[in-house]
Amino acid sequence: MTAPVIEVSDLRTHLVTRWGTIKAVDGVSFRVAEGETLGLVGESGSGKSMTCLSILRLVPRPAARILGGSVLLDGEELLTKSEREMQRIRGRKIAMILQDPMSSLNPVFSVGMQVRESLVQHRGLSRKALTERALDLLAAVGISSPATRLSAFPHQLSGGMRQRVVGAMAIAAPPRLLIADEPTTSLDLTIQAQYLRLLKELQERHRLAMIFVTHNLGIVAKICDRVAVMYAGRIVEAGPVAAIFGAPAHPYTRALLDSVPRLGESSEWLAAIEGQPPDLAALPPGCAFAPRCPRVMDRCRAEAPPEFAGGAGHASRCWLQAPP
Amino acid sequence: MSAEPAAGGALAQPLPAIGAASRPGLRGRRLPVVSLSIIAVFVLVALLANVVSPADPEAQTLRNRFKPPAWEAGGSRQHVLGTDGLGRDLLARIIWGARVSLTAGVLTVLLASAFGAAVGLVAGYYGRRVDAILMRITDATMSFPVILLALILAVTVGPSFANVVVAIAVILWARYARVIRGQVLTLMELDFITQARIAGASASRIILRHLLPNTLNTLVVLITLQVGYVIIVEASLSFLGAGIPPPTPAWGSMIAEGRDFVTSAWWVSVFPGLAILLVVLAFNLLGDWLRDTLDPKLRQL
Repeated sequence: MTAPVIEVSDLRTHLVTRWGTIKAVDGVSFRVAEGETLGLVGESGSGKSMTCLSILRLVPRPAARILGGSVLLDGEELLTKSEREMQRIRGRKIAMILQDPMSSLNPVFSVGMQVRESLVQHRGLSRKALTERALDLLAAVGISSPATRLSAFPHQLSGGMRQRVVGAMAIAAPPRLLIADEPTTSLDLTIQAQYLRLLKELQERHRLAMIFVTHNLGIVAKICDRVAVMYAGRIVEAGPVAAIFGAPAHPYTRALLDSVPRLGESSEWLAAIEGQPPDLAALPPGCAFAPRCPRVMDRCRAEAPPEFAGGAGHASRCWLQAPP
Repeated sequence: MSAEPAAGGALAQPLPAIGAASRPGLRGRRLPVVSLSIIAVFVLVALLANVVSPADPEAQTLRNRFKPPAWEAGGSRQHVLGTDGLGRDLLARIIWGARVSLTAGVLTVLLASAFGAAVGLVAGYYGRRVDAILMRITDATMSFPVILLALILAVTVGPSFANVVVAIAVILWARYARVIRGQVLTLMELDFITQARIAGASASRIILRHLLPNTLNTLVVLITLQVGYVIIVEASLSFLGAGIPPPTPAWGSMIAEGRDFVTSAWWVSVFPGLAILLVVLAFNLLGDWLRDTLDPKLRQL
């Protein structure tokens, strides 16, 4: 296996709030290689976004603090870098696409200015070359007649178009790692598919490592190579897409898969996961999923499960997988 | 060029009219002709005071005291709006006074808005302790009466044009700081600020490139509305004798000079008052119009 572009190990980010300390990211480890896509899946509040922001060192301060672990980008430790050094890495080596295209672009500047700006920040180019590059980028993200769009303002574009522009700005450098935080959640279904194809294409062209944050398992199946399922700040199961979809080891993953409606199945009710997402400020001593788990055992309530390897890169944190 | 259209290039047809023509903003709404022309006339007159003015505004002719306006009995063509208690031509004084009032108004507002906007941007961007400290200073400033400060300055340093400008600006910035900070707080929640951070923008770059341009609309509206206010405050100060010292013609002090004679020589106070009324009204109408036009909620319509 090639050296990973990004290697996160034992990352811990905590939020200090009035209600207590929340372990938003609690010992997360994963690696993503060049050209590989990791799907980061979980309910809202499971720590997906906080993990991504921790990689960029952009956690909301001063409430959130990265307490430990390591984030290696091409072998370089990011957690010890100065803020100035991080500014040079952001956008240049790591890019991120956010969820809401409606507010991801500055409303007072034209599309051309914003795309050019993302280029200016990272390379010294002449005005003319900048415009050329901006046109290339817009064409690369599938924007028709880019020349006319250059002078358009964000509010004149549809959500899908805007998200394409955001994509164009993200690959301007081009980066080594692209983090996509639910980039298609607010797009129409038809546009979603197009956008996913586009991301995939850009990734292949630039050999990007990609972290794809989503709660849509259908998307994961389509574009990810590996999946990491997060629950209450931890990765409870990780492995190749086929392994996880074929034989989920953790009851939570199984429940997630079961809650995806399928055509042709005649169940009257959608399977839902019982109970509420956990109160992150007051997690149970054992496995965080134990209170909602259909197969809970006494051991689960007492002891947090360690990681059990299941072969072929498949691993899970569940006592069910404990070797006898 | 690697212009191969990627997935779904036919998402939208090319729109022919995108660009300047369909840009939102000043076009499309009728211009406020009345207020613009009033302001234009006063600005022109102020700029060309030495050309338009019929007489020296400070030349006294005691023989011609309290001459009524030309259309009143006893008035003469020589002094169209009459003369004051020292025989100075009122029209000339109003024309030169326009220069003083408008300069004071614009200068003060620019000074205050620049400082206030800077404070508001910094407070809104950094938040937390910086915000708390800056906003408490702002609150304290706002609780201080402008007139009192100007009076203190006038008594201690002596009244002068610069003092008037400084005294008003020192208080006025707080309003800008508050409004801009409020706007920055809402802007900070939007993804494009996060996106800028992700793209590696520094604090100063985010403030200047992303926050400031998005507050310009508000700033312009506020500036326009405040010019009128400052003119009134300056006039009040001059009226109280803490403003622009005589014999420099200022509208406020002209009203004060005529106050004892309103029953016998009404024109001495009424005409400068009318000038203030017109200018302030014009600026306020323009400000209202700008606010309606630049309101982001109406912008997309």
